[in-house]
Amino acid sequence: MKNISFLAVGVFFGIVMTKSEAISWFRIHEMFRFESFHMYGIIGTAVVLGALIIAIMKRTKMKTLRDTFVSYTPMKLSIPRHLLAGTTFGLGWALVGCCPGPMYVLLGHGYWIMAMVILGALLGTFTYGIVRSKLPH
Amino acid sequence: MELAANVPGFLDVIRQPWHWAFSGAMIALVLFLLTWMGRSFGVSTTFKGACSVAGAGRVSDFFKMDIKNEYWRFAFAIGGLLGGVIAANFLSSPEPVAISEATVQGLSELGVQYPQADAKGYGFVPTSIFNFESAKGVLLAVLGGFLVGFGARYGDGCTSGHAISGLSHLQLPSLITVIGFFIGGLFMTHLLLPLLLG
Repeated sequence: MKNISFLAVGVFFGIVMTKSEAISWFRIHEMFRFESFHMYGIIGTAVVLGALIIAIMKRTKMKTLRDTFVSYTPMKLSIPRHLLAGTTFGLGWALVGCCPGPMYVLLGHGYWIMAMVILGALLGTFTYGIVRSKLPH
Repeated sequence: MELAANVPGFLDVIRQPWHWAFSGAMIALVLFLLTWMGRSFGVSTTFKGACSVAGAGRVSDFFKMDIKNEYWRFAFAIGGLLGGVIAANFLSSPEPVAISEATVQGLSELGVQYPQADAKGYGFVPTSIFNFESAKGVLLAVLGGFLVGFGARYGDGCTSGHAISGLSHLQLPSLITVIGFFIGGLFMTHLLLPLLLG
């Protein structure tokens, strides 16, 4: 039943992704061509406000609905891993023009080809699970 | 009564494309809501969860996970899809996405006409590139998705997990990952995409 509230937040997220135009391949392409401030403005605002919100939640020791404090499990710093992984992701992001969240939202918009993008993402995820021991971490 | 009379006006306002600052603030609100609900913002883990449900745990221990802990994430992703359905039916902008003139020009040099490239007319997806009509149209979609899925899992997060959530928690690994997003993105946009579309 609790998952209904996550579904509701997801619906809101889908609307936000649409109206912000962050689901647009053309907006992502424009961002990587540095021809508009739009996407930088969105991500910049989200990060600055997000950092402020997280800092306040931590400082006031706000309890979450699961009765925990706000925390983050840090990743082990591994520059080759972060750069290689990020670059691989970026290649795909700039090709299909959408990251995982927008893939679902665009499918909802009736872009059925997104089913193939999601299939590719599942194959990529599965492949990583198979070859991960051979990659630098 | 007054509110009811204003509903069409309100819809007209939110049907317009949103300003970047308002959009960014609304994404921060999603981050707040998920954090307050005791979870963290991250979408790509749904792919790992789906692999796990499909039985990938028999091939790699990486996919052995307590799937009950992932139900909320599936609900969130399905919500995102439903949000797309709602936005498409009730909140569509009157005009296609207003990208810059320079980008329209650059795309035409790649043989992509804007906004005609999106058969739906929203300016969301170039269906002239990604479609079921040709093997190439399907292949490019699968390839792009593959890189996103592989990269997200290797880096343990995507745009929501690293660029939004990780950076908001001031995580250095997330910053380096985001730098990687841009290295790959610039390489694809400026060097590979012209070759792939050629």
